[in-house]
Amino acid sequence: MDGKLDWLAAGLPTEGTNAERPRAATLARRDVPTCRVEESLGRVRVRVRDAGWDACVVVNDERVVFGLLRAAELERDGDEPIERVMRPGPSTFRPHVPIDEMAAFMVGHDLPNSPITSSDGRLIGLLRREDAVHAAHELHAGELERDER
Amino acid sequence: MPQQIHDRREVQALIDRGAQVVEVLPREEFDEDHLPGAIHLPLPAIEDDARRRLDAHAPIVVYCWDSA
Repeated sequence: MDGKLDWLAAGLPTEGTNAERPRAATLARRDVPTCRVEESLGRVRVRVRDAGWDACVVVNDERVVFGLLRAAELERDGDEPIERVMRPGPSTFRPHVPIDEMAAFMVGHDLPNSPITSSDGRLIGLLRREDAVHAAHELHAGELERDER
Repeated sequence: MPQQIHDRREVQALIDRGAQVVEVLPREEFDEDHLPGAIHLPLPAIEDDARRRLDAHAPIVVYCWDSA
């Protein structure tokens, strides 16, 4: 094992004060739709909408992330292969990143969602900005209450 | 005999078999996050405290922040 960082980046359980605080993996949605590069946009679009989502993560058989489809890509006309439509190599984040850091980054960079992956690039889930921001607010509200007592 | 382990699955298997897990980082970092059941033995104190706090007859896994 390449140290505690590797353990954390794999999303494995820990003990300590940080373990009790929400992190990226805590709120990442495991039910995000996924698809393969060789699929066609038309079929993926139907599947994603039927699932009630506006995003889809492009993965291989081992769930390694290759790309991302957000609303803009899913709304495109036509039936091209996903490989041509997707956002390739999206920025991904490790499961142990504190949720307030995620919220600040996603707001600052105007990211509606971000894939959360293990250190070997496998998808854990998709973190939505609204979930990160809400959790960060709750966390700080709770901390302020404790400080005031 | 000491050996380097790079595969966290091996570490997990050792933990499951009752290995003692030791973190050598400073107290503040240990308190924030440590592997389940880890013992804190910071590097400056390890020579003095290891014999007293660890079982020399059981496997011991020692870890730091990363492999650098």
